[in-house]
Amino acid sequence: MTASVDVAALAKLAKLEVAPDELTKLEKEIPAILGFVDTIQTVAADATHESPTHRNVMREDADPHESGLHTRTLLDAAPAQKDDQIAVKQVISK
Amino acid sequence: MDLSKLTIAAARKALDAKEFSAAELTDAYLAEIEKKDGDIHAYLEIWKDSAKEEAKSADERISKGEALPLTGIPIAMKDNILIKGRIASSASKILEKYRASYDATVTTKLKDAGAVFLGRTNMDEFAMGGSTENSAFGPTKNPLDLSRVPGGSSGGSAAAVAGDLALASLGSDTGGSIREPASFTGLVGLKPTYGSVSRFGLMAMGSSLDQIGPFAKSVEDTKIFFDAIRGYDANDSTSLLKDTVAAFKQPKVIGVPRVFLTSGIDSDVLAQFEMTLSSLKEKGYEMRDIELPNVPHSLAVYYIIMPAEASTNLARFDGIRYGHSASAADIASVYEKSRGQGFGPEVRRRILVGTFVLSSGYADAYYRKARAVRSLIRTDFEKAFADVDLIATPTVPTPAFKLGEKSDPLSMYAADIFTVPMNLAGIPAISMPSGSVVRDGKNLPVGFQLIAPHGAEEALFAAGLDVENGART
Repeated sequence: MTASVDVAALAKLAKLEVAPDELTKLEKEIPAILGFVDTIQTVAADATHESPTHRNVMREDADPHESGLHTRTLLDAAPAQKDDQIAVKQVISK
Repeated sequence: MDLSKLTIAAARKALDAKEFSAAELTDAYLAEIEKKDGDIHAYLEIWKDSAKEEAKSADERISKGEALPLTGIPIAMKDNILIKGRIASSASKILEKYRASYDATVTTKLKDAGAVFLGRTNMDEFAMGGSTENSAFGPTKNPLDLSRVPGGSSGGSAAAVAGDLALASLGSDTGGSIREPASFTGLVGLKPTYGSVSRFGLMAMGSSLDQIGPFAKSVEDTKIFFDAIRGYDANDSTSLLKDTVAAFKQPKVIGVPRVFLTSGIDSDVLAQFEMTLSSLKEKGYEMRDIELPNVPHSLAVYYIIMPAEASTNLARFDGIRYGHSASAADIASVYEKSRGQGFGPEVRRRILVGTFVLSSGYADAYYRKARAVRSLIRTDFEKAFADVDLIATPTVPTPAFKLGEKSDPLSMYAADIFTVPMNLAGIPAISMPSGSVVRDGKNLPVGFQLIAPHGAEEALFAAGLDVENGART
């Protein structure tokens, strides 16, 4: 079922720039990997009726830390910042 | 002091008896690193000055009689575990200059224990690989044969201990990344029960599979190190509560999945495995053939679930909040270029495979199906453990291979056949050295893997001591 994989489209989805020569290589490797994992189709397991054995464990949404406590540390890790905010390039284009 | 024979347990006695100081011990390792790491490349960075300071503090603590098991013990940390203020790069260009903004929980525990941090070790980029050749900063060599790989992804941590460049080290194991390098370098390596060691501050690859664990030279040392890092942590939502640790039961019956063991294994590796089983039989263990009917599908299941989780986890590296950022005109191009320039080939492959198996139209057939088969694999182990106390397999089907030998990704993935099932099931497993095989005139170690039910690490250590002492019977 994985006869054709549009690697360029996948790279776009994954927001990953891929050079043309690497794309040619990946167009062989990715279908080979998917062909290998495709062997699970032979197992009689119902993918739609999975009974989860795990549950999410979350803390109470209360007692937040003091506002601004980590702001400086986190901002300092960002490549670009301006006035206590992370600066980014243009988001919407015409 | 002879570093090649030194263990944590022996160093503890010597330190407490003032036979040598923590400062002398640290200096001895730093000298060895200076001498040998140019060839081995186990480390990405050595923290000489801070290590000496930590050793000094450890000596003060020892003088006061307040030493804990790891006080003054020189260790190495895999480059994907955070230490506040230190670079943690996961051996990736994208994080080459990233400094951790907080301590991982294991780091806090080791600092509190008074351990000495020698440096951060090389690894496959973002822990993706089985040879440490995927590091963006060059491969690590196996100290036992420099033409061979030390295994991976925690290859630097393994090479550091095997090359006497650290007394013990931490790695992480998502599909065998502690056990495979332990097998290739003749060390003991433990993949603990999922949830027994906090993942807080470990860079996530496959979040439902990842566990931090130790490399050491003996079962006793492995237990000492594991005891120092285990425990509930409120900062890890998958952390196990105390009452989930299994009550200790001396293991007597060992299950052997005969059919599964025929999967592409070198005949002399299998023969070595049989010899270890025989020595355990002589010690009174009963061997029982078991069936794990769905476990042979583990590799395929793993190479769906792991890339799905990894591609999701690695979405955070976007050139905006931290790490490498490419200059571009708009934000979409910043993402694409930063990621394109920052991630290496294997990481890119896994991101693309993960994106595919999660994409609309394919998620049912791949990701959800893989999760369903994963449940069956988990059930296989539960059923098996109703009849046996432990399960044994070789750790890897081959000894350490040559650098550059496995250029095809699928042949590299095949090395994980005996190690990925335990990550899928969340159960603990230990690899111990058990004899060697000859390749190109050199003796290369092979590992013997013991697997236990959830929370039964103590049973692994108990039987592990018998494997270790096998030669004496």
